[in-house]
Amino acid sequence: MSLPARVSTVFVLVVGAGRVGAALATSALGRGHTVSVLDEDPLSHERLDVELGSSWEEAGGRFTIGTAMEIDALIEAGVEEADVFIASTNGDNTNLVVAQIAQRRFKVDRVIARVLDPRRAAWYQEQGLHTICPTQIAIEQLQQAALGEVV
Amino acid sequence: MEEGLYVIIAGAGKVGWNLARELLEKGHEVTCVEQDRRRYLTVEQELEHAVQYGDATELWVLERAGIQRADLVVAVTGDDEDNLLICQVAKEKYLCERIIARVNNPRNLDHFKLLGIQPAVSATDLILRLIEHEVPRYGLVHLLDLPEERLEIIELVVSATAPAAGQQIQDLGLPDGALVISVLRGGSGFVPKADTVVEAGDEVLVVLDPGIEQDITDLFVGDNPRN
Repeated sequence: MSLPARVSTVFVLVVGAGRVGAALATSALGRGHTVSVLDEDPLSHERLDVELGSSWEEAGGRFTIGTAMEIDALIEAGVEEADVFIASTNGDNTNLVVAQIAQRRFKVDRVIARVLDPRRAAWYQEQGLHTICPTQIAIEQLQQAALGEVV
Repeated sequence: MEEGLYVIIAGAGKVGWNLARELLEKGHEVTCVEQDRRRYLTVEQELEHAVQYGDATELWVLERAGIQRADLVVAVTGDDEDNLLICQVAKEKYLCERIIARVNNPRNLDHFKLLGIQPAVSATDLILRLIEHEVPRYGLVHLLDLPEERLEIIELVVSATAPAAGQQIQDLGLPDGALVISVLRGGSGFVPKADTVVEAGDEVLVVLDPGIEQDITDLFVGDNPRN
């Protein structure tokens, strides 16, 4: 009756609770991780609640209202203890800056930034910042869907 | 500034537009990049080909503006993240040797330092310095900081109780890395000699290595500079 071995718990800090950030946060919480969310819009809390069907805090989550660029807000959200830092605000430039802050100043082990602009996502990736580019993924999937058989 | 630089200015707001105009008048070549369509159209009427429409944080926009041959990139948009990234890309991707960034929120200055973007200029800080300059009860005024060159120039008003008052410059025991470069007395300034006597009420300009301000303040202003 032993339970399957569980992935060890990590502290995930999600900056920017839009659709992607909120879904990621709730899914990480569901997997038993410690999850903290930072967003400047208090209403983004509702998106987390809806995803869960209960209050984010009741489910064990942590929520901080604040601007990602403010060091105090990052610290309040727990950047100093974070193992994983996800920059998923709706601004590429904010994500690129705060991800570098998390990486260089707070030495977070795993830092990931959402960057919509494919060329900059690629360049920053080359510079040692882990970037995810939804645009590039969409391009590739559309290419696959439209031209997959042809190529 | 040397003649005939090619300068890219990101942001054609009040700062960028006026900067562009001044640089053009001084004979430099300028391209301003502005991402707001309406603002671009307004500025374009005056600057014509010296302004381009686009988001200067995008690489292709910078390339179209000629980043590869730019001698200087000045990022003066109203958005600190944009200014920071424009300078970072200019410096690290396009190897532009000279960059200047505007910092809108002085609290973001640390971010610019962390990511190696120097010099970063904050209008708020500059005005704060002017305020300090205009308010004489402040003991020490930073006139100029050159962090890259590790030099500062400060201004102090010599108080009556200061150890320096009544002493010759050569007897002050100035710490290494500090030099009195001028004395203002009774409305006129002069360059002091070793035997110049410092008087209470003199305004002295001191050039110094960073980090020894307190020693200088103790010498010229004494213990209680703000009272």
